[in-house]
Amino acid sequence: MSYESYITLIPLLPLLSFVLLGLFGRKYFKNFSGIIGTVVLLAITVLSFITAYQYFFVDGKVNDVYQSIIPVKYIWLQFSPNVSIDMGVVLDPISVMMLIVVSFVSLMVHIFSLGYMKGEERFSTYYAFLSLFTFSMLGLVVSTNIFQIYIFWELVGISSYLLIGFYFDKPSAVAASKKAFIVTRFADVGFLIGILILAFHAETLDFKTLIERLTSTQSSQFISITTSSFLGVSMLTWGLTLVFIGGAGKSAMFPLHIWLPDAMEGPTPVSALIHAATMVVAGVYLVARLFPLYSFDVVALNIVAYVGAISALLAAIIACTQTDIKRVLAYSTMSQIGYMMFALGVSRYGSEQGLGYMASMFHLFTHAFFKSLLFLCAGAVIHVVHSNEMKDMGGLRKLMPITHIAFLIACLAIAGIPPFSGFFSKEEILTAAYNSNKLIYTIGVFTSMFTAFYMFRLYFSIFWAKTSPSPLERGWGEAAHGEGTLSMKFPLVVLTICTVAVGFIPFASFVTSDGAPLETPIDIVFSILPVALAVAAILFAARLYRRQNELPEKISTSLGALYRSAYKKFYIDEIYLFITKKIIFNLVGRPAAWIDKNIVDGFMNLLATVTAKISAMIKGLQSGKVQDYALYFFGGVAGLAVLFIYLGK
Amino acid sequence: MSEIPLSHILFVSTALFFIGMYGLFTRRNMITMLMSIELILNSVNINFVAFNKYLYPNQLNGIFFTIFIITIAAAEAAVAIAIIINLYRSHHSIDVEDADELKW
Repeated sequence: MSYESYITLIPLLPLLSFVLLGLFGRKYFKNFSGIIGTVVLLAITVLSFITAYQYFFVDGKVNDVYQSIIPVKYIWLQFSPNVSIDMGVVLDPISVMMLIVVSFVSLMVHIFSLGYMKGEERFSTYYAFLSLFTFSMLGLVVSTNIFQIYIFWELVGISSYLLIGFYFDKPSAVAASKKAFIVTRFADVGFLIGILILAFHAETLDFKTLIERLTSTQSSQFISITTSSFLGVSMLTWGLTLVFIGGAGKSAMFPLHIWLPDAMEGPTPVSALIHAATMVVAGVYLVARLFPLYSFDVVALNIVAYVGAISALLAAIIACTQTDIKRVLAYSTMSQIGYMMFALGVSRYGSEQGLGYMASMFHLFTHAFFKSLLFLCAGAVIHVVHSNEMKDMGGLRKLMPITHIAFLIACLAIAGIPPFSGFFSKEEILTAAYNSNKLIYTIGVFTSMFTAFYMFRLYFSIFWAKTSPSPLERGWGEAAHGEGTLSMKFPLVVLTICTVAVGFIPFASFVTSDGAPLETPIDIVFSILPVALAVAAILFAARLYRRQNELPEKISTSLGALYRSAYKKFYIDEIYLFITKKIIFNLVGRPAAWIDKNIVDGFMNLLATVTAKISAMIKGLQSGKVQDYALYFFGGVAGLAVLFIYLGK
Repeated sequence: MSEIPLSHILFVSTALFFIGMYGLFTRRNMITMLMSIELILNSVNINFVAFNKYLYPNQLNGIFFTIFIITIAAAEAAVAIAIIINLYRSHHSIDVEDADELKW
């Protein structure tokens, strides 16, 4: 079967279901809109797997190197013979991998939501938004054109906004959705300028041509972009850095991460899909998509690496102090995406040096499974407890055995304990970092230790810790919900199996920076240190949180200011508020408002006042008395007569 | 008997015209105003006839014009009286000051 026959269905079917559910869902399919959405997702998941099989095992390889195939391409807007915005589908290792991740995780979330969102007033709308998101994300990953990716980039942004603000009667959800939208939009301005710089110099918007032109050192485009500079930095660096700012906004990298924790106001399955597995890795995907270009520019790559490393460490430290379980998971997501970013940053193009690239994509792949599993487990827990706060939980392991096991396995995976999937990808990342930059390696190892600690802090606080009052006394018993419906348990089980299994996929033979397979033997000696640190952190967390005791309290008091500032997320939100409210509002906003109110409005008001005054003055003429009119008429005629008689001569 | 000079006749018609004008501007009763308008028209008629007689004695243009004006004045009086009757029906008055709705 050739790709052309079905590949466009993959993004278009969810669009169809969005239109169908969005327009008619509430009226006609109130009860089975969830089923419609899920069936569509099932279909495109099957198609994605067929595509992946076809690409990876049948016809993707030419001379043992994976080629990019463009089965569908349609010129949408032609500006000039060379520059056009196309809509198309590109198949290469990363896009095919993303197709599987997006469609599969989305399917799991659709199934989970059947139980989780049951009885919700806007059930159909919810599924319509999920379909919109799936459409946009699939369109994003298969983009052939840098402007196409930008269009879908904004579409995922808007669907994220809609889903974060799904409970729009809660003011905090509305604020969070606005915050997410504004922060990512702000970053997208950078992205757009970056696109314009790259496209201006490369004279094309097409990814493939753009990369070809800007990476061949003889081409006139390459010479033009490297020789022109702004503020002493070459335009190539500017363009790539600005594009990375867009990616950093979407991927919640420091300092544009502030929206992600607040985005947890949305329904939990949405957090699993958008804010853990798919949309937030779009930034990583973007850098990977332009990677041949980034590998030409060491400055931009270093920015990527250090921003990633700082985000990873910072988020891990903050995650250790948060008490809302979804926020812990949000910071954990940010930290893991930081991993992916710095893995790209330390990588170079080419077989051996491309280890970081492959490791980053591998971590993206495994992270999608275990992080969405963690979120779905958190959703199941919240479904029972009706609270996000850790202190309201505890002792749930008897009540929710399946969730308990799934959560434990996901925690082990994210902590990097062999033989779970996170171990493999994290080891590759650390190896790549070790080979290229020791500082980033050190940060990576520390972060991995913190990761193990906060994940098991979460695990023990939810499933162990206090046993009294017993879950039944707190009114959560089996009678209330039990562990949720079958549709909620099924995705947990499937994702648990994936979490265990995907680590064994020989990922390096499929996805590499140049398409050629890569040998990546696991070095046992090398992995001893991170694993030992992770185990130590787990034991420490067990000591602190397995039974209720005074120790966590004491430690947090002894850490004093450090703990407080981490608990307050290092005051980054406050800094933003200070900059926007105090500086921008006072120095820019208020003068602008004053000019608008007094000068712009004032001029208009002046015109209106003068007109009103004049008309008030002359309205007395319009008295309604016929004889007055006749008098004016006579006066006019007499005047004219005088005029003609004496001047007309 | 010597001939009456043209200026005498023009004096009469001018006086008639301004009497009509004065009536038109000062009277509030619409019937009186209509009568004033007739005075104005008649002063014009006098002018036509006089000019015809003194300037072009061999032609009849001015005379014909006068006849036209008399005819039209009759028609106009009919229309004006119809308007006055309608005004009376709607306002119960034929005072122009009472019909001042068409103002600002």
